[in-house]
Amino acid sequence: MSEQHVYDKYFRADKLKTMWCPGCGNGIVLQSLVRALEETGTPLEKTVVISGIGCSSRAVNYLNTCALHTNHGRAIAFATGVKMANPDLKVVVITGDGDCTSIGGNHFIHACRRNIDITVVCINNNNYGMTGGQYSPTTPTGAMTKTTVYGNIDTPFDICDLAGAAGATYVARSLTYNPVHLKNTLKKALDHKGLSVVDAMSDCPSLFGRLNRLGDAPTMMKRWAEIAVPLAKAKTMTEEELAGKVVYGEFTDRKDRPEYTENYAALRLKAQGGK
Amino acid sequence: MAEYKIMTGNEALTHGAIAAGMRFFAGYPITPATEIAELSSELLPKVDGTYMQMEDELAAAAAILGASAAGKKAMTATSGPGFTLMHENVGYGMATEIPCVVVDVMRQGPCQGVATLPAQGDFMAVKWAAHGDHPVIAIAPSSVAETYTEIIRAFNLSEKYRTPVFFVSDATLAHMSEKIRIPDASELEIVERPQPTCDPDEYLPFNMEDNGIVPMANFGSGYRWFASGLIHDDTGFPVKTGNTVAIEGASRHLLGKIEDNIEDIQKWEEYKCDDAEILILSVGLVSRSVKTAIDAAREEGIKVGLFRPITLWPFPGKRFAELTAKAKTVMTCEMNLGQLSEIAAQYTDRDQKIVAITQSDGTVIQAKKILNAIKEAK
Repeated sequence: MSEQHVYDKYFRADKLKTMWCPGCGNGIVLQSLVRALEETGTPLEKTVVISGIGCSSRAVNYLNTCALHTNHGRAIAFATGVKMANPDLKVVVITGDGDCTSIGGNHFIHACRRNIDITVVCINNNNYGMTGGQYSPTTPTGAMTKTTVYGNIDTPFDICDLAGAAGATYVARSLTYNPVHLKNTLKKALDHKGLSVVDAMSDCPSLFGRLNRLGDAPTMMKRWAEIAVPLAKAKTMTEEELAGKVVYGEFTDRKDRPEYTENYAALRLKAQGGK
Repeated sequence: MAEYKIMTGNEALTHGAIAAGMRFFAGYPITPATEIAELSSELLPKVDGTYMQMEDELAAAAAILGASAAGKKAMTATSGPGFTLMHENVGYGMATEIPCVVVDVMRQGPCQGVATLPAQGDFMAVKWAAHGDHPVIAIAPSSVAETYTEIIRAFNLSEKYRTPVFFVSDATLAHMSEKIRIPDASELEIVERPQPTCDPDEYLPFNMEDNGIVPMANFGSGYRWFASGLIHDDTGFPVKTGNTVAIEGASRHLLGKIEDNIEDIQKWEEYKCDDAEILILSVGLVSRSVKTAIDAAREEGIKVGLFRPITLWPFPGKRFAELTAKAKTVMTCEMNLGQLSEIAAQYTDRDQKIVAITQSDGTVIQAKKILNAIKEAK
């Protein structure tokens, strides 16, 4: 038998290799998440990972934790039930841009509003990959997809703006181009008490890349060197300079809002007459 | 000690659910089910339980399944419009065999209908809630007292057979007050969810062979398991799309585990059926109008009886067929435009007369109307 890797315990070896296309960013996010989980020291037995529907949501199939692969958009609602039923569990949601902000958008903003201690990892590849490359709520205006063949006329959501405005207390954007930054961001999100969101920018070379003539997977990856801008630098740039760029970093890191399961525990005490 | 109380159907339902072990309720306000949410929000935190008001009914159905996977007996309560929204995630509960109880306090429909008035228009919606072939257990009480005892049975069946169980009430039963006997806790049969005892590395969360029902390990208990809404094998992981044998097997398993235990699941009441030449099929509160009409008809020498499924689905067809075989006329009485009458037709001969009493005006059918129909049918 080959040498055991420290991360082997996180994976169901019999379910590998993954179903994802060559060049897909999902694998990078998944391994970054596993490295971050290892650093938090959370036991596998106390970790629950929940996903919805889409390419990114298939990530739970490869993890050796308790996991629910649920319905499209509903992962956060299922996760809310799990966390409220047993607040000792570390609950992580793996979702995609369509799953999280379109069909699951209502659950997403309400989880942010409650500030319940769940980590939402949104793998954002700007399109629906599983169904063949249709436009999502994060597809840039003008982009080509299977359902925007004349160019996308919609204005995309900025997931970090959305989450922060809705009340999430840790909100950050990272990218598969920088897996160390991604791992460190996920670690901070996992350690954060409250609703944490990581908008993990990823690539879909098979569909979004091909339809927008962005080149092969390595070319798409190198593209991030030109378009990704750290938040500190972005603050010094003009609106014109930021056009077409993707700003990454920590947008929200608040400690001033109570966490929901703790609030509910206090409510219980009150209901029981403060005993 | 057992005690006697006056309470509404929705109150009895909530107290009964808590007696059954409900410790998690997620819901969304809707008439005429709202009082169940209100009382749950008050009572659950007192018993270390949890009430969650979710953003919509999709989320409510999802949250109870998440809570159930994490080890809590969980319930939601809604009415027609919300029930429609819940179908998606209830289907997930059926496919992944996660227990929960879903209450539908029926109101006049379709769509928004008349929010405050009763009906029985959801019988078939309950049967076919969620797409695809799926298992259904549905219970329909006829009184406030029965609401209390039957909601406990709903939880028990849900835990025993690892499946969502529907509980079907209506706006009148939900809001009317009756004196009921609250049994002492020692009188109640409460099914607690078994936990696996095998080596955690050996644990499989499902058993498709022989319609097996595996103990569902609570998340966090050390048994790691995976569930997917996709057709899966004993490990919970999706089967390969070419494995037609496994796909068919998994589909049949869900229905088979109900069919195998049908005698434990089915329950019905027979009222003056022994010599009945006219047999009336009726479910829920309106069956009490039927009883009043039967008593009056019998005073006039008409041999008429009531067959009342308490387990609506799976329909107790075997016994119903035995009784219809002895009857000259089969009648149905329901607060909709004819749903049970379609069922009755399946259990009657071509030369038997079927009379359907239907009504969808937002009121409970009165005994007088039923008595007149019995006299006409004689």
